[in-house]
Amino acid sequence: MFLGKVVGTLVATQKDVSLEGLKFLVVRRLTVENQDEKGYVVAADAVGAGLGEVVMVATGSSARQTVMTNNRPCDAVIMAIVDSWETDGIEKYNKGAGDQ
Amino acid sequence: MYIGQVAGTVVATVKHEAFAGHKLLLVERLDLNGQPTADYDICVDTARAGVGDRVLVLDEGNGARQVLGRKVAPIRAVVVGIVDDVAL
Amino acid sequence: MQLARVMGTVVATRKYVGLEGIKFLIVQPLSKTQQPAGEPVVAADATAQAAPGELVFIVGSREAAQALPETFVPVDHAIVGIVDDVDV
Repeated sequence: MFLGKVVGTLVATQKDVSLEGLKFLVVRRLTVENQDEKGYVVAADAVGAGLGEVVMVATGSSARQTVMTNNRPCDAVIMAIVDSWETDGIEKYNKGAGDQ
Repeated sequence: MYIGQVAGTVVATVKHEAFAGHKLLLVERLDLNGQPTADYDICVDTARAGVGDRVLVLDEGNGARQVLGRKVAPIRAVVVGIVDDVAL
Repeated sequence: MQLARVMGTVVATRKYVGLEGIKFLIVQPLSKTQQPAGEPVVAADATAQAAPGELVFIVGSREAAQALPETFVPVDHAIVGIVDDVDV
């Protein structure tokens, strides 16, 4: 999985019927140091994430292993909302501390 | 599948139960000239391969489970044969 | 399956159903000579006992979920063993 921040929502009225009912969010990748990266993905939301939240995204065939994405043409899914993380014993992000 | 060369062994006491009783090999992926590339896999050995052997590596979950006779296993890379000869 | 070094931990209360109690760790994938290779990833800890600093091995893609108690979950990397020794 990778860490990312929800930076947008995506609406597509005209789409493959198998994608109906999925909520799509635009997720920008974050480095483990909590810096924005250039890369982003459009991910289906399986946990009810909102704009600005830091999330974990699973990609590839693993992204289809949810009730809502099963057998659907989807390759990225938000599967957790991140409260905090640390590397080398130093906290790099904490939701409670506000946006960093 | 790809052609690899066994570069070494990996020992892990704490591991998922699907690995119990299996030897783990560190296998370098070879290019078509037989030279090691930067790619490698830690593989479950089902061919009794040893260090230095040229081996056939399967890196796909369904096939790995079939070789290991398991319905569920968190295993992708398996050494399935020792290569005698490759004719190009 | 590849070698990786545990760099840190991720706390996430709200997770997909079936992932309750699973620990998520930030790991740096390593080359065969144990140098950092590629970007760090978040992996589910199927050993439930890996700690920061430890050398582990990980499995990617769909097989990762098969390391966990609930196997139909959206997980793309899992720690499946703690490495005691690599002999290359």
